[in-house]
Amino acid sequence: MKLLVNGTAHDVDAAPDTPLLYVLRNNVGLTGPKFGCGLGQCGACTVIVDGVAVRSCTTPVSSAARGPITTIEGLGTPDKPHPVQQAFIEEQAAQCAYCINGMIMTTAALIARNKQPTREQIRSTLNANLCRCGTHMRIVRAVEKAAALSLAQQTGGNEG
Amino acid sequence: MTSLLSRREFVEKSGLLVVGFAMSRSLRFAPGEDAPSSLPPAANQLDSWLSVAADGSVTVFSGKVELGTGVSTALRQIVAEELGVPFDRITWIQGDSDRTVDQGSTVGSQTVKRGGAQLRQAAAEARAALLELASPKLGAPVDSLIVANGVVSVRGANDRRVSFGELIGGKRFERAVTGKAKVKSPSEYSIVGKPMPRVELPAKMTGRHVYVHDVRVDGMLHGRVIRPASIGAKLLSVDDSALRDIGGARVVRKVDFLGVVAEREEDAINAAKVLKATWSESQTLPDERTLADVLIKLPATDRVSTDSGDVSASIARAAKKVSARYRWPFQMHASIGPSCAVADVKRDSATIWSSTQGAHALKGALAGFLGLPPESVHVIWTEGSGCYGHNGSDDAAADAALMSQLVGKPIRVQWSRADEHGWEPKGVAMVMDVSAGLDETGKIVGWDYAVWTPTHSSRPGGGAGSANLLAAQLTGAVPASRPSLGGDRNSRHTYTIPNTRVVAHLLESSPLRTSSFRGLGSPQNTFANESFMDELAVAAGVDPVEFRLRHLTDPRAIAVVRAAAKLANWQPRVSHSTTSAKGRGFGFVQYEGTEAYVAAAVDVDVDESAHSVRVTRACIAHDCGLIVNPNGLKNQIEGNVIQAISRTLKEQVSFDRSRVTSLDWRGYEILRFSEIPESIDIELINHPELPSVGAGEASTSPIPGAIANAIYDATGRRLRDVPLRI
Repeated sequence: MKLLVNGTAHDVDAAPDTPLLYVLRNNVGLTGPKFGCGLGQCGACTVIVDGVAVRSCTTPVSSAARGPITTIEGLGTPDKPHPVQQAFIEEQAAQCAYCINGMIMTTAALIARNKQPTREQIRSTLNANLCRCGTHMRIVRAVEKAAALSLAQQTGGNEG
Repeated sequence: MTSLLSRREFVEKSGLLVVGFAMSRSLRFAPGEDAPSSLPPAANQLDSWLSVAADGSVTVFSGKVELGTGVSTALRQIVAEELGVPFDRITWIQGDSDRTVDQGSTVGSQTVKRGGAQLRQAAAEARAALLELASPKLGAPVDSLIVANGVVSVRGANDRRVSFGELIGGKRFERAVTGKAKVKSPSEYSIVGKPMPRVELPAKMTGRHVYVHDVRVDGMLHGRVIRPASIGAKLLSVDDSALRDIGGARVVRKVDFLGVVAEREEDAINAAKVLKATWSESQTLPDERTLADVLIKLPATDRVSTDSGDVSASIARAAKKVSARYRWPFQMHASIGPSCAVADVKRDSATIWSSTQGAHALKGALAGFLGLPPESVHVIWTEGSGCYGHNGSDDAAADAALMSQLVGKPIRVQWSRADEHGWEPKGVAMVMDVSAGLDETGKIVGWDYAVWTPTHSSRPGGGAGSANLLAAQLTGAVPASRPSLGGDRNSRHTYTIPNTRVVAHLLESSPLRTSSFRGLGSPQNTFANESFMDELAVAAGVDPVEFRLRHLTDPRAIAVVRAAAKLANWQPRVSHSTTSAKGRGFGFVQYEGTEAYVAAAVDVDVDESAHSVRVTRACIAHDCGLIVNPNGLKNQIEGNVIQAISRTLKEQVSFDRSRVTSLDWRGYEILRFSEIPESIDIELINHPELPSVGAGEASTSPIPGAIANAIYDATGRRLRDVPLRI
């Protein structure tokens, strides 16, 4: 089966009903998407498939093969972070950060379709993503900053 | 390439591992290349704590580990400050049973307080050693030398200088940590006290950070456990016929321990799902609706921590008497990532990668469990999902170790969500009774407190050996009998009352297996104490903040109470609001009576028809002595507040007569983004002249009572059972 992950084509050997999460972690060798529940309840495994944030723990690899897949590794690097990652770093919006993959990927998909989300829209979009360390306040601030950074980048601004 | 180096090799090649760590996607290890090592480095030897490379970079070996709370950044600030090197020249090695000093497990809000003090002393000793080495080289007495940025120079003659790397690079100090090296005065601090960004966050935010879940070992199989159908169930038979269709999956069994292994993770998951096991089941649990009544009748050892004056007589002759019972349910650590571990157990040695809070304690426990000498067991701590105490990490390590020993290959065990929810040791259910008397002026004249509590500590290791590990219990071990710990934490409050009795009924058993969860018994006891203070304030007709101040004498306690009230713009009141669904409540604690002082004013919106309570704002004043990293501290306080709101309003482990029934996030709800406050405002009171005291858990404790008090303010209804439901 062929997968396009972070711009690179991978030919993976996996049964079609294998959850995408295990293929990304074990066949492709990524670690960003996290196993949290296997039930689609917590969001730790979130990746973007064809522009949509999906729960990779309940998405069969066969259905993900249709579109390009972006994981958190594909957004940016520590030296060159994506605006969402940059905002999360600047706001120090994590403790253990096990949930953060899901927060960042859900935010990246949100901002791609809604450039200036309200605080209410941010909370509602992240409502199915769980964080146990209690970094919610910082995460909301980081998402607001991410939207601002993205907008500034797109309009050629030079914020921050 | 292997990233697994002996301690000595590591010191020589430290750059290599750092690069390997930063670059690798999964952390791959080649098994068996590291000869079984020895005992942990000695705490009294300077080389056990840190080394300086030829390029002047410093490697620190910390027995305390990063649990997500930012301590690896705060501790690094302490070492950089005391040693006199730039913060970013320090590499941090944590929680390796062969390479780091046994500083005790990373528990009890003691990491900066105690672990930091040890590292500060080691760094001061190294600084003294470097000054002694520099003195003859520079031809100047030690007291004329200054240290900055890893360079020793002669005061007033900046060209007479020598770097740390030139002085000792690549060589050992060969010097004892005497404990007598002079430490810096806080007035000289330039790194401690600064809001340094967390070191590991860029890697965490970009998916590059290595968690224990990401460890891969060559030749490794994926394992899953199949837990008993009910608590205490015995395994009668296993039918593995359904595994024939799953390539290479096989059963691993020993007594009542049951697992499966397979080369592919999805095959292990499917095998665990389809395997047919028959268990003998019994009803070992009480009806959950009667939990409190069951707890207070269990056999107990009583501990009287305070008995001053004549409590009974003082209450009997008081002008007003008040009494109440408060209840707290079993709760979960509820880590977002279920526990995981990798083990490579050979005939005469074992290597285990685990997110344990105590690599050294686990090493001893696993050695006993595997029948190996402790010096041949190597536990390598690797960060896990936030644990907030003793979650399933140690148990998963034992699962992996047992399966690896039985199968003869390295095994990675990943618990399922249901494994974690069902089998992690639970936070403790407690019952608290309080009676008190007020005199005519509204002063408390007598206070009588009793708490019923199972133990808050069933960690493996130490005297308990391996018997507290789930895998050991499933293969025949009887849980270790240990003194009941933690349940009386903050049972005695900080208020000054002439006649006070505090009794803890330390229960000798518990319906569910329990262990340390953030705050141990402090949130429960403080919920009771602070709710009851409010009940007394109402009875006395005194504003709740004023009522607390009248009974406090410690100036630091008074200062945080005043600061939180001011931050919240607290308006004095003598009765609850009758006109609005909004309420405001107050809470205070000095954690453990020796650690951080915290006061909280909490606002709630209550909708009685919708049975909903939302905390809209929390104002916190916090004094933990010297603050090392103010932003890290605020992050921790915010986290404690959110988690405490969640525990107070939502969380309760459900069970039937045989098993835990809260097995996923629908069965055990935690606070969501739609439910968080609009703001958490924090005032940090810094005391650079005073030692840092425990701040990791403290701000959890005053929140539950403050919420109950706010609900009372909004509605006139006094809720005494957590989770608070209107």
